[in-house]
Amino acid sequence: MGERLAVRKTYKLYIDGGFPRSESGRTFPVVSDDGSEVVHISRASRKDLRMAVRAARAALAGWKGRSGYNRGQVLYRIAEMVEDRAATFAAQLELGGSSAEDARGEVGEAIDLLIWYAGWCDKYMQVVGNMNPVAGPFFNISVPEPVGVVGVIAPSAPVLRGLVAGLAPVVSSGNTAVVVASPAQPMIAITLAEALATADVPAGVVNILTGFPEELAPWLAGHMDVNGVDFSGVHPEGISDLEEAASHNLKRTGRWEGSDANLYRISAFTEIKTVWHPKGR
Amino acid sequence: MGVDDTLAPRPDAGLPMWEYQESRENPDLAEVRDRSGLWINGEETEPLSGKWFSTIEPATEGHLSMVAEAGPADVDRAVGAARDAAAEWAGLPPIERAKSLFRIARLIQERSRELAVLDTRDGGKPIREARDTDLPLVAAHFFYHAGWADKLEYAFPGAAPRPLGVVGQVIPWNFPLLMAAWKVAPALATGNTVVLKPAETTPLSALRLAEIAAEAGLPPGVLNVIPGAGETGAELVGHPGVDKVAFTGSTQVGKEIRRRLAGSGKALTLELGGKGAHLVFEDAPLDQAVEGVVNGIFFNQGQVCCAGSRLLVQESIASEFVDRLRRRLSTLRVGDPLDKNTDIGAINSAAQLRRITELVESGQEEGALIYQPPCDLPERGFWFPPTLFTDVSQSHRIAREEIFGPVLSILTFRTPDEAVERANNTPYGLASGVWTSKGSRILWMADRLAAGVVWANTYNKFDPASPFGGVKESGFGREGGRHGLAAYLRGVG
Repeated sequence: MGERLAVRKTYKLYIDGGFPRSESGRTFPVVSDDGSEVVHISRASRKDLRMAVRAARAALAGWKGRSGYNRGQVLYRIAEMVEDRAATFAAQLELGGSSAEDARGEVGEAIDLLIWYAGWCDKYMQVVGNMNPVAGPFFNISVPEPVGVVGVIAPSAPVLRGLVAGLAPVVSSGNTAVVVASPAQPMIAITLAEALATADVPAGVVNILTGFPEELAPWLAGHMDVNGVDFSGVHPEGISDLEEAASHNLKRTGRWEGSDANLYRISAFTEIKTVWHPKGR
Repeated sequence: MGVDDTLAPRPDAGLPMWEYQESRENPDLAEVRDRSGLWINGEETEPLSGKWFSTIEPATEGHLSMVAEAGPADVDRAVGAARDAAAEWAGLPPIERAKSLFRIARLIQERSRELAVLDTRDGGKPIREARDTDLPLVAAHFFYHAGWADKLEYAFPGAAPRPLGVVGQVIPWNFPLLMAAWKVAPALATGNTVVLKPAETTPLSALRLAEIAAEAGLPPGVLNVIPGAGETGAELVGHPGVDKVAFTGSTQVGKEIRRRLAGSGKALTLELGGKGAHLVFEDAPLDQAVEGVVNGIFFNQGQVCCAGSRLLVQESIASEFVDRLRRRLSTLRVGDPLDKNTDIGAINSAAQLRRITELVESGQEEGALIYQPPCDLPERGFWFPPTLFTDVSQSHRIAREEIFGPVLSILTFRTPDEAVERANNTPYGLASGVWTSKGSRILWMADRLAAGVVWANTYNKFDPASPFGGVKESGFGREGGRHGLAAYLRGVG
């Protein structure tokens, strides 16, 4: 009897709570750092992107309608599921060239980052919103609301922490997300999707596409049913074209470098709504 | 079950007569041990005082467990354990403290049914309330405050908030585990260590909480629980090793604590009594208002500091409103707290029952009119039927003093200005309720009501994100929300 042959995982997209292959049938190979393993990753198309946006739009009302407390519970549950897969994530980070210590460290940081954002779900409005002392007999309050469907172009490094830093703030306030993973280590993004799929995240709230950002990002930035994009994974030279594409429907855009735990990554994808009401007997 | 208040079917309704069928929660879901020791430095321990007292089930007067009573030496030990644990706990990376509290929240969620049964047996509250109100809020308080542990600099920008050190907390018996959560969760999240004294009639769930915290990996000494009566509480708040005192209980004891701490430099927050005004205007949605008023006074047998115990109803609808209230009262089910259908459970103790009885007698002697629906009360245990008083004047004791029981005093008003004047005519100022369809009036009233909480077209709503606490002689400090954190931090109070 020889050594048992291992079953290898097929990496697919994550759209509307399911794991479809790209409708285009395209894949691209990713070779591990030591050249020992080749994985074929789904290469999402413009049509896959549209399907993802549609799923995100459909999930929006339900997700933003939940209490912040409930969203916090779901984000905490994601952290539980990532912790449960910590060894898998670390092994995949090592395949991408991280040392064992760095890989473990990054997984821990990503989990703690999820915990950090989980706590914000029912608190950010207490810090970002406020009562306005208008000069008249009026009750006047300003509260942040999620902007809608938000695209996230994830950075290539640190790949797992970068994914979480893009995704968690967007969904914590009640937005739904379409994430374009970096092609550098796309397996990490799909393993994260598998954690999301078992973490009580409703279908469509997070959609993750693997493929080539230079192919997908212009469509995402130009999509008229997307309300914001996090450009953190975009090379500075590419920003100008994407911001121009995003101007058609005045998307809210932002780009953060080395600022993972940042309250303003939440508020960047919210709108302030001010409510007036008269006071009188 | 000694209660059978099955409603007779209306003759014209043609409905079948339903036999009442109780739906009793299994009392054995919560393990109750013969002896319940002190919880100090991460373990159960015998009291140096050598004293033990019996905690009973108020619904049956049956003995539940012998509980250790902390004497001065035990208080000293507990404060010492908290002191020894303080530096390391405060020095942890905030995210590590956060994860500790998240773990506790999760364990509470997982053991929620057991804990609900424990509080119902030890305290007498209806299992429906313990299960649907107390326990979800207990878990939510830990969950919410866990998230603040690593975000305090956002709650108080520019203040560099630091923990106070060792916190001595004394809590009442009306929401045994919930009051523990209100106290413990923010104290730990902000990096303090805790010595908690639960009420002598309801010590079991706080001790179970300490076990849960240990199971969650909370370091020894960070949370200590020392049961006892008033003397234990006095010993704790007076202990020189305590940096901050948080007390929930009567205004009388709150004032004693304030006196005792004068000049000590200790931080203090007090959540005390109330005589909540519940105002119903003529344009209110009456069916909802009736439900709100009933909930406001009969929730937890009226043993709630923010109970809406003074109903102020606009004169034009007073008679109709009182009729509706009477009808609604006749459908309340009083009896076995473990029966999931029970609306009104047992009064917490013989002493509390005596106080309620004495105040109700004073109401009758002073000339108010009493209404109690017919209901058969169980023979054993401590019970009081839901009670309404009409013809109440402002000078009556039942309009001025906190009864802490299922007793509603009904007064009237004519104008919004008179409503405000009457509502505020009390040394208390914890909570108020306003029922009206007019939004501008809600806000106008809210500006003028002297109360820490104003509920509009609802009552008795609690959420860890929402600050709770009183003005005037209902105490000072807030629990919950961003503002509640200030009570446990240096440099922001």
